[in-house]
Amino acid sequence: MSRWLLRLVGVSYLAVILAAPVSLVFWRAFEHGFGPAWDAVTTPAAKHAFYLTVLIAAIAVPANTIFGVVCAIASVRRRCPGKGIVNALVDLPLALSPVVVGLAFLLLYGRAGWFGWLGDHGIQVVFALPGMILVTIFVTLPFVVREVVPVLREIGTEQEQAAATLGASPFQTFRRVTLPAIRWAVAYGVVLTTARALGEFGAVSVISGHIVGKTETMTLHVEESFQSFDYTGAYAASVVLAMVAIATLVAMNLFKPKEATR
Amino acid sequence: MGLATAYLSLIVLLPLAALVWKAGKAGRGGFWDAVSDPQAVSALKLTIAVSVAVCLINAVMGTVVAWILVRDRFWGQGVVNAIIDLPFALPTIVAGLTLLALYGPNGPVGVNVAFTRWAILLALLFVTLPFVIRTVQPVLLELDREMEEAAASLGAGPLKTFRHIVFPNLFPAILSGVALAFARAIGEFGAVVLISGNLPFKTEVAAVFIFGRIESGDAPGAAAVSVVILVISFVVLLAIGALRRWTTRHDRV
Repeated sequence: MSRWLLRLVGVSYLAVILAAPVSLVFWRAFEHGFGPAWDAVTTPAAKHAFYLTVLIAAIAVPANTIFGVVCAIASVRRRCPGKGIVNALVDLPLALSPVVVGLAFLLLYGRAGWFGWLGDHGIQVVFALPGMILVTIFVTLPFVVREVVPVLREIGTEQEQAAATLGASPFQTFRRVTLPAIRWAVAYGVVLTTARALGEFGAVSVISGHIVGKTETMTLHVEESFQSFDYTGAYAASVVLAMVAIATLVAMNLFKPKEATR
Repeated sequence: MGLATAYLSLIVLLPLAALVWKAGKAGRGGFWDAVSDPQAVSALKLTIAVSVAVCLINAVMGTVVAWILVRDRFWGQGVVNAIIDLPFALPTIVAGLTLLALYGPNGPVGVNVAFTRWAILLALLFVTLPFVIRTVQPVLLELDREMEEAAASLGAGPLKTFRHIVFPNLFPAILSGVALAFARAIGEFGAVVLISGNLPFKTEVAAVFIFGRIESGDAPGAAAVSVVILVISFVVLLAIGALRRWTTRHDRV
């Protein structure tokens, strides 16, 4: 009896909060048929937004993957002062409001900011692509580090030491011993990083200046379409993003560290 | 390490330093004026109050869902388990739009919470859904059932067993999930911005307030409230770290 009650409570909660709203968006997008929805996601503005989103992710994800692996190795394998502070800084993007992130970059690179002089040399950061890339790197920073660190701890240093005694250079050791051991953790981190990069809204919203056809990503395009009463456009673009999210879930399940091997 | 530190400083530390510097430039009086502005106070109060409510609901419902995922077997369980992470993967603006489609003015169920505080609660419940479930689930999976069986054989009912045996074991995990949810809820913007209506003194949360100040060119005001949010996030992170050290120490004993 109590088993059924718990099951009912848990499943209905998920249905009300999660499943029902998400499925409704699919229905709303295709309410007037497939044609209008397709037209809505193939307008020049939507296409440009899509291109920009992918471009930003294509820069932010590799940057954070390299940093993530280097940072994880440094923080697990090396003893050095200030490690606690480094760890806290790595985690901060997870907890910090995206709007605050956007504002911080706006103040740093804006006209009156410390790096405002970049603008005088023709490097426009704020309300332009570089700023959007920088905030995306900020918000997606922790994912690879946090996935790789526990795996590095787990595998220990014996194999790496063995490789080193057999004459392998540090780079060879990394490529032949460390990298194969952490590759699934890296893959999992990359999936999370990509999903977050494609879906970032608040920080990009602050730094981009919302210039349609210029600094508008997919998420900004959803909001802009909705605010200008183009509901089919908003829902159709949402469906594209929701499909990316579902693909992410599938990838997460593929790469998820198995309980047995943990 | 040097490379990683340089990257971290450039990406994380410098922008945050610029933010704090901007907020501090107004002086203590200016900072205090910006933070004690009635609209800012109202936004901060609302944000904290709703976030606390979200935490309490998550503590209960997250534990229930984790329980049915680990201890129960039913048809479709795999799918249920897989969709738990959807709020992590779904862009927040899409989350807001989906909630507005179902629980907004033209929703098919006739429930309209748009532009009310209920809408904020709903949006925050959506985005924080996975935290408690995903922290409690592994602990529940590892939990030795023998203790529960012993309690049951000594005549304890299911409720008593849960209260005295299961709950104390889950408590640290619930707490750390709740802390993560709180940190997320305090700063949420995308999921809230469409559905809350952003009415000052009524449904305007802190992140939306900051956004409004940026749009109207009041950078010092935005920076001051941002620093408050930054401090809260940092404290929550430190608390989670302390909690984690505390539980691992207990594990070793």
